[in-house]
Amino acid sequence: MSTATSTIQEFANREYRHGFVTEIEADTLPPGLNEDVIRAISEKKNEPKFLLEWRLKAYRHWTKMKEPKWANVHYPPVDFNAISYYSAPKPKKRLNSLTEVDPELLATYEKLGISLEEQKRLSGVAVDAVFDSVSVATTFKDKLAEMGIIFCSFSEAVQKHPDLVQQYLGSVVPPTDNFYAALNSAVFSDGSFCYIPRGVRCPMELSTYFRINAANTGQFERTLIIAEEDSYVSYLEGCTAPMRDENQLHAAVVELIAAGDNAQIKYSTVQNWYPGDKEGRGGIYNFVTKRGACRGRRSKISWTQVETGSAITWKYPSCILQGDESIGEFYSVALTTNYQQADTGTKMIHIGKNTRSTIVSKGISAGHGQNTYRGLVKIMKGAANARNYSQCDSLLLGDKCGAHTFPYLEVRNASAKVEHEATTSKIGEDQIFYCRQRGISVEDAIGLIVNGFCKEVFRELPMEFAVEAQKLLGVSLEGSVG
Amino acid sequence: MIDLNEGKAAFLNDFERQEAFLSRFGSKGLHDLRRSALSRFEELGFPSPSEEEWRFTPLGPLTKIPFQLSPNGISQRESEVAERLQPMGIAPPDAVLLLNGRCARPLNSAGLPENACVQPLLLALSEKQEFVERHLGRYASFETHPFTALNTAFIGDGAFVYIPKNTTVTKPIFLVYWSQSSGEPTVTHPRTLIVAEESSQATIVEVFLGRPNDVYLTNAVAEVVCGPNASIDYYKIQDESKEAFHVHTLQVQQSRDSTFSSHAFAFGSVLARNEINSVLDDEGCSCTLNGLYFASGHQLIDNHTRIEHARPHCSSHELYKGILDGHGHGVFNGRIHVHPNAQKTDAKQTNMTLLLSDDAVIHSQPQLEIFADDVKCTHGATIGQLDADALFYLRTRGIGKEEARSLLTYAFANDIIQRVRVDLVRRQLEALFLHRHQPTGGRTT
Repeated sequence: MSTATSTIQEFANREYRHGFVTEIEADTLPPGLNEDVIRAISEKKNEPKFLLEWRLKAYRHWTKMKEPKWANVHYPPVDFNAISYYSAPKPKKRLNSLTEVDPELLATYEKLGISLEEQKRLSGVAVDAVFDSVSVATTFKDKLAEMGIIFCSFSEAVQKHPDLVQQYLGSVVPPTDNFYAALNSAVFSDGSFCYIPRGVRCPMELSTYFRINAANTGQFERTLIIAEEDSYVSYLEGCTAPMRDENQLHAAVVELIAAGDNAQIKYSTVQNWYPGDKEGRGGIYNFVTKRGACRGRRSKISWTQVETGSAITWKYPSCILQGDESIGEFYSVALTTNYQQADTGTKMIHIGKNTRSTIVSKGISAGHGQNTYRGLVKIMKGAANARNYSQCDSLLLGDKCGAHTFPYLEVRNASAKVEHEATTSKIGEDQIFYCRQRGISVEDAIGLIVNGFCKEVFRELPMEFAVEAQKLLGVSLEGSVG
Repeated sequence: MIDLNEGKAAFLNDFERQEAFLSRFGSKGLHDLRRSALSRFEELGFPSPSEEEWRFTPLGPLTKIPFQLSPNGISQRESEVAERLQPMGIAPPDAVLLLNGRCARPLNSAGLPENACVQPLLLALSEKQEFVERHLGRYASFETHPFTALNTAFIGDGAFVYIPKNTTVTKPIFLVYWSQSSGEPTVTHPRTLIVAEESSQATIVEVFLGRPNDVYLTNAVAEVVCGPNASIDYYKIQDESKEAFHVHTLQVQQSRDSTFSSHAFAFGSVLARNEINSVLDDEGCSCTLNGLYFASGHQLIDNHTRIEHARPHCSSHELYKGILDGHGHGVFNGRIHVHPNAQKTDAKQTNMTLLLSDDAVIHSQPQLEIFADDVKCTHGATIGQLDADALFYLRTRGIGKEEARSLLTYAFANDIIQRVRVDLVRRQLEALFLHRHQPTGGRTT
């Protein structure tokens, strides 16, 4: 067996680093889903009436929907009645400073290397940590509030800014959009809310860490980001989950609204959820709906994602380019190893004139991983001079994995230009040979090449995340990667 | 919701009426195949747009028309057909000529090498039943495809081409399918079987024509078997009536070191669905699929290609170009499927579309499905319009706008046309593009 093969196997056999369960007393609803459960969630969170009605409407619609089957992923059916739809850590009192946070919880974050304190001191990142479903601590809130920025947990926004929530909730991803979005709309427990007023450039990267902890709780969070005219915000999302044998369902909804002219939202994700063991048992089902609407002229939404975790990833961060000259971007690295499956990509819907979009997707498959890019570029009739460029590259490590590319291009305007390119290949023996000649070990060479392969995407990530993403990939590709 | 299955009954009745006639040709085994294909069709029904493979190709209009199998022999003066074939250098006696799905007479086989055989399928079914049935219906699966099922149920007349081992047929072989509707909308289910044995070589040209503005449905299936080291050059020219429906499936089975190339040209019909499925079933195969289509008015032209790289060391190249004008609607779905052990596969696929009108629509889906790691696979798709700089350049040289557009459109198409190696056919295509398919510049035709 060659070194390259053995390092690839090593990589494929890597253990999940973040697998530990935090013993925190949780306030959990019994498993099952019906209208009473939804009422209970709503009541627990002391929600206004409109939200309960909204949830119930979504639930009623959901019951009529069927699970989508078109994605290129295979898994046993999910029993939606075996899931507990609410799990909040106790004690649940209002927290003003980190010292009030459950120390065990803080220790969990430290294990993850994302200590709130450290973050606070060093990086100037305001972290809104979502532990299971309830947001436990929000940092830098006061500082942001001075500038008029609202950055808080979703539940808090519902209490304090119901008008904004009512105005924008579901305006990009309607509750009836798809099976999992409907489910999320019915039962979402918490999430993040962010509002950037006119003319404000958010001075720091806003960040949330999601962590799924209690066993058998689906995580259904909801993120809503609104950017007004001439504003800018960069938002980071990081996800991890402890090691669990049973598959856990994660169905989140993220809505971005670049409401005013020149508004810009940059949304970055590093997803490192438990991918299941090397036999393909367990792991997170990550069925997420993410969508942004560029409503203002010259507004811009940029999605960057690094997907290394989850047993199954099913997500398509999309942009609806309504405003003239608006811009949509999608940069993605998806890594599948063992028996992981990823069906991910984007949708770029061009409605306004002179709209532009860029798609760069890098897929890496190893072990028995199956990696699919699926994307839609749609140029509507009025989108004169719309421009799209897509590039989808796949790297195959090992002969049991698969890489698939399914772009959908639809053009209804004769002045539009759409380009799509895709390549699939493995790391060239000549490339490795070249590095070896220069005294670089096979493992390092593979690391180098993979990092080079992903560079276009990594450089879109904010600094702090780029380092983490590179580390993550490095760990995954430990001593190995090729 | 349109009930797509209203039209189904007509076909089932057709079969009942025709069954006695069809059963006279071929063995009982073949007739059993017809019957099981028919029941499969009955189960499948016509596909609705909710099926992924038919998402952009609505069949509603097709199922509304009561197509009738045309009478067994139509009294047709060949002059009308001859006139259309003449520019391509085809004389009716030199081609297998099917009029409304029935072959008028055997062709003049002068110039064919000994043992090689080009004849109507019905004749081949009587003369070489065993040999024909060894291949017929073995490759084109009807399990998931209702139109193939329907064609298989009506296996009767069509064309049969057999090239024996180590034989080279230099003259192109012409297979011509002519349809007309004589008042009532008609349907034909022509079936073609092409068997090329080891190290043989041939050029085959399939031509689909019809009387202009007649309403009819052509539901054709062709099976091509390439033996080891065989080389087949296949051309398809579809210039049906602008009111016609055209569904065509080409199923190719390739053996070791064989070479297959297809050049498909589509201009006619109100709705055309062309499928090419190529299975590279042994090492060293090479497959080339080129295509050019032009849709204007309210035409919809749908090209589905699927290349199965089942074994290592095969290569495939695909280039499809589309020109859309008026309310033309183009669909391209090209899939390259590399099986787990098909290492060293080299596959390249390109789809380019030229949009000449704001009312034109294109759905392009180039797809890669790859299960082997040591491969080189790429695909690319571009959608755009005539280059403004090039137009300007021509205009500065005193060339009128319409003519400049026409020239540039021709230049776009020419790339594919020049790959045609049958001189007269190529010249005819050039002429078609220079004179007939002038862009309307957004005006609907």
